[in-house]
Amino acid sequence: MALAKIIVVTSGKGGVGKTTSSAAIGTGIALKGHKTVIIDFDVGLRNLDLIMGCERRVVYDFVNVINKEASLSQALIKDKRTKNLFILPASQTRDKEALTEEGVQAVLEELAKDFDYIICDSPAGIERGAQMALYFADVAIVVTNPEVSSVRDSDRILGILQSKSKRAEQGKEPIEEHLLLTRYHPKRVELGEMLSVSDVEDILAIPLLGVIPESEAVLKASNQGTPVILDTESEAGMAYMDAVDRMMGEERPLRFLEVEQKGFFKRLLGG
Amino acid sequence: MLDSGFRLKGSVVTTFLLEIQTFSFEEIVSQLQEKIAQVPQFFSQAPIIIDVSKMESLLSLKELEALVLSVNRLGLSVIGWRCHAEKIPEWHADVMVPLLPASKTRQIAISEAAALESRVAKADPDVVIKTVVEERLVSPQTKVITKPIRSGQQVYAEGDLVVLTQVSAGAEVLADGNIHVYGALRGRALAGVKGDINARIFCQSMEAELVSIAGNFMLSDALQDIVWKEGAQVLLVDDNLTVEPL
Repeated sequence: MALAKIIVVTSGKGGVGKTTSSAAIGTGIALKGHKTVIIDFDVGLRNLDLIMGCERRVVYDFVNVINKEASLSQALIKDKRTKNLFILPASQTRDKEALTEEGVQAVLEELAKDFDYIICDSPAGIERGAQMALYFADVAIVVTNPEVSSVRDSDRILGILQSKSKRAEQGKEPIEEHLLLTRYHPKRVELGEMLSVSDVEDILAIPLLGVIPESEAVLKASNQGTPVILDTESEAGMAYMDAVDRMMGEERPLRFLEVEQKGFFKRLLGG
Repeated sequence: MLDSGFRLKGSVVTTFLLEIQTFSFEEIVSQLQEKIAQVPQFFSQAPIIIDVSKMESLLSLKELEALVLSVNRLGLSVIGWRCHAEKIPEWHADVMVPLLPASKTRQIAISEAAALESRVAKADPDVVIKTVVEERLVSPQTKVITKPIRSGQQVYAEGDLVVLTQVSAGAEVLADGNIHVYGALRGRALAGVKGDINARIFCQSMEAELVSIAGNFMLSDALQDIVWKEGAQVLLVDDNLTVEPL
């Protein structure tokens, strides 16, 4: 598994935006010209295909490939909108026990020959599914909402990345960790109802990859089956693109962290 | 990847030791229950060893088994028992939990002490042997942790523990000696877990869920009224847990 970079998108807590982020970041990397595959590790609760809008094209899935009931080329779904992008859907009828370490490794090794980036969309929790999603990772994107329980769970996942990943077990260079703060609501932060970026950075102590503002565009995109990053007019879409740019080593200032100022005078006085 | 289906490794587990001096079944159970009620999560399913080596007369099999069952019922988990190496009863194999060998460190300490004793005795009979031996015993290794200790992780040091970053909420650090945290202490810190009342805890920013010195503990509610989010040390002064700003 030397060629492709394996990125796990994980969080511990559910509903924080792992799949939305996997879809957006995977699409963003593919837009940059890198051959990318997104794997749905949430066996039994298949969602990625819905977000990517390819649910009607699922014939074979990840578990079929692990069990050698189908070949990778049969199970991989080529994205219709974005060049270089493929999806490996989860099985809806099986459970996480179907993810064996050998099976997952074999699939990743085969993908690594062909792809530049492999995005593993982790299920919630810290059990088998989540552990398998992160085990082989080189890079982890820890998706966190600015609230205490999500931050606590992210902290837990960071501990697992350091102790139960293949890199940790073999004593290799540790997984590269990135914080992706999603559903950020500047107004509520200002009111003290939500943790601020610096609060979360202080608790988790890992580098910040990006802050995605709470946006109606995300829900709209999910329901339409379009990764939100393709909505280039939306703040969330732009923030995801910034995050992808940063992953590729470009510098991008953080945006959308401030409450929109109402008028000229307020901006003048508030600045 | 592994060639075989498993890996055989050595592992050290931190456990409680229930060292019984005099056996009174009701008293032990009720006192233990009281202790557990103070910090129930701390003891929940915690492994524990019943040690009867300090007792004058040995328990009967029935008494020991009753004690194991009662301790388990209190929410702890008895993983073995210990008795004096020369007083192992015939029925030792019938007990529901295994008979464990006496503490290894202690054996080494004793044999080393004995060796020293004989050496020193030969050289100069007037030397106070006891002091020499104690000096050897109080120098266990310091453990240094350079990465954040995350929620759900537990780190134990036989000597001092030095954490160069933070201890997250939901994490636990334990040491027989002192604990130094050069970052925020947000989890639990227990120093002097084997009863060293001179152990202390130092941290750059006190935000702990619980601090404890030799079993005397304080929870975050109480800490918030004394020192919060600033440098602090925790120590025992005349058996009272004291928290001071640094």
